[in-house]
Amino acid sequence: MSADDRPTNTSPLLITGADLAGAGAGDLLVVDGRIAAAGADAADQAPEGAQRYHGEGLIALPGLVDLHTHLREPGREDAETIETGSAAAAAGGFTAVLAMANTSPVTDTAENAERIWDLGQRAGYVDVHPVGAVTKALASEELAELGLMARSRARVRVFSDDGKCVHDARVMRRALEYIKSFGGVISQHSQDPTLAGSSACCHEGELSGRLGLPGWPGVAEESIVARDVMLARHTGSRVHVAHVSTAGSVEVLRWAKAQGIDVTAEVTPHHLLLTTDLLSGYDPVFKVNPPLRPQEDVEALREALADGTIDIVATDHAPHVRQDKEHAFVDAAFGMLGLETALSVVSTVMVAQGRMTWADVARTMSTDPARIAQLTDQGQGLTVGAPANITLIDPDRKVVVDAATSQSLSRNNPWHGRELTGGVHLTMLRGRVTAREGLVWGASA
Amino acid sequence: MKHLLSIADLSRDEINEILDTAVSMHEVQHRDVKKLPTLRGRTIINFFFEDSTRTRSSFELAGKWLSADTINLTGKGTSVSKGESLRDTVKTIDAMGVDMMIIRHMASGAPAQIAQWTNCSIVNAGDGTHEHPSQALLDAYTMRQRLGDLEGRHVALVGDLTHSRVFRSNVLCLTTLGAKVTLVAPATLMPAGIGAWAQADGIELSHDLDAVLPTVDAVMMLRVQRERMSGGFFPTAREYAVTYGLTKARLGLLPDHAVICHPGPMNRGLEISGDAADAAQSLVLDQVSAGVAIRMSILYHLLSGERSGDQSGEGSAS
Ligand SMILES: [Zn+2]
Repeated sequence: MSADDRPTNTSPLLITGADLAGAGAGDLLVVDGRIAAAGADAADQAPEGAQRYHGEGLIALPGLVDLHTHLREPGREDAETIETGSAAAAAGGFTAVLAMANTSPVTDTAENAERIWDLGQRAGYVDVHPVGAVTKALASEELAELGLMARSRARVRVFSDDGKCVHDARVMRRALEYIKSFGGVISQHSQDPTLAGSSACCHEGELSGRLGLPGWPGVAEESIVARDVMLARHTGSRVHVAHVSTAGSVEVLRWAKAQGIDVTAEVTPHHLLLTTDLLSGYDPVFKVNPPLRPQEDVEALREALADGTIDIVATDHAPHVRQDKEHAFVDAAFGMLGLETALSVVSTVMVAQGRMTWADVARTMSTDPARIAQLTDQGQGLTVGAPANITLIDPDRKVVVDAATSQSLSRNNPWHGRELTGGVHLTMLRGRVTAREGLVWGASA
Repeated sequence: MKHLLSIADLSRDEINEILDTAVSMHEVQHRDVKKLPTLRGRTIINFFFEDSTRTRSSFELAGKWLSADTINLTGKGTSVSKGESLRDTVKTIDAMGVDMMIIRHMASGAPAQIAQWTNCSIVNAGDGTHEHPSQALLDAYTMRQRLGDLEGRHVALVGDLTHSRVFRSNVLCLTTLGAKVTLVAPATLMPAGIGAWAQADGIELSHDLDAVLPTVDAVMMLRVQRERMSGGFFPTAREYAVTYGLTKARLGLLPDHAVICHPGPMNRGLEISGDAADAAQSLVLDQVSAGVAIRMSILYHLLSGERSGDQSGEGSAS
């Protein structure tokens, strides 16, 4: 089914009484896919016959934007497709995702990028923006077609070899210099491969020592973050640090920001809540890269997200088919699902615990990810004239995660059976409802 | 007790029970007809994903002498590339209806994962750099035969701790039995987080073998993997042998009653000199001999049904 076949919500819609991203209760009037009025008097401007949606008790956020998603298409359509992954995104409250480049083939040419963009448009649940590879085949040797990807229909602005680190300092420097001309940013998977060897699969510490698992030391991340921060300063270019996982990285970022260096950073929901001790039973569902860290790191990440040292939350949604996870721990695939649970995790850890407001959630999960990715049609807030990308949240709802109900093709869900506080009620992309209570529009018959 | 995955699963009483049973099993080993009917009709698979002639034949003999039907299977290194998952592989075997799988795998934790996926009893016969519980039990057995109760005894474990599953099981076994343990190795061969670990478990750490040896009742020399030598863990084999090897000169530092263990295979001239390996106080061959008895005891405790009814402890406070 193409987006054109779907009914578009053209009739005006009035959402009443929702808390507008922490700014207090108000109404939102949506006309022709845009926000036509917002606030206390929006209802007065509603045309005759406008549909009403009761938003009382709900939080209205600008549509969520995920800077770090793996959609597996092309190459591993058995694990996820752009259709299923973007459906999961919509169910999770997202209206845009950035699809990482480590597909097969790798997104390292304009043609590959445009193909992903087109498939996203056809699926129609969220805007799917391809991330371009920094280097050809993610090999950290030759630059990918950065400029052609930027000039393509997909307008690529975020480049990443995610899954691998651009570990060669000279290549990283050249890439940073090159993307400056079109305002690109490099999202770095910070992992020094000489410090965290190819089999590293567990935070290096007491538990990895006891379990006999190859350790992934925090310094392997921190040393690359420190190097890249200095390269960003040297080149005057933009670096974004993907999935920050240690307190040491936070210290480096805090210093860098104080120096005025143009660096941004993301943290995943799982690094905000799950800790390395979950690995004691060798369950590969908890195997992720970078690995889950100890509680001290988790605390530092929460604090850094709350005070803005870490700019945004990104899911690192990484679907895998069953058999790729059912190997011995060191052989199992890295990664966990995240799109459908991200908002609930952030709500539980940060909002319900009083560390962040809903306005902070709007900033860290919509406005700033869109700004970092230079998206013009997303993350603009609930302001008049902005596209009606709106996510309604039920802040008090208790969500017991059930892996079986996911829109994703995969089931590697570390949250299964956990109770979280706060859930996505409704997602709207340019005025059209894309998901409601976890069910995506058009998903069934 | 259904599985033996880690020494941590065993209480002190359970360890002692296994060691005590092994004493009588050891006697069987010296009979002309080495056959007990205990496990008649039970089926045991030795599923070795990684080669180990010594451990496999020891388990195989243990099963046969207890009259179990035993089958050996070898898995390929890893089936990741072949599309079949480890779970699929063991589910296939499980579906044939075996009672026990004895698993040797190059990946830490594989037996624990397999225990989640099957119904049969799982024995960890060595997993990656994690554990080798039957080895630790036979080591404790051998030391106990010579030294008596290990409570309060001082044992030094020396060498490549990071990559040693023997060390991980031994340290748990010995401390559970009340022995004092000192680990001796260069910092590069001590596992991650050993400081916190040692503190939590009351273990001593040292880089000075000469200072430790005069205080021990037993010293266990661990094998240095040849491939570690060029991996930057220590400068040269010569430096290692001089600093951490049980040389002939160091034999003189040991108290007269102290014993020497090595789980084998030995690098003579590296972690242990020929003189030490063949010394009167060396228990290296006793360890091998005890291996079958210990494994018979393990199989007996896991497979002979509920704890035999002749125990009177039922219902007593515990
Ligand atoms: Zn990723």
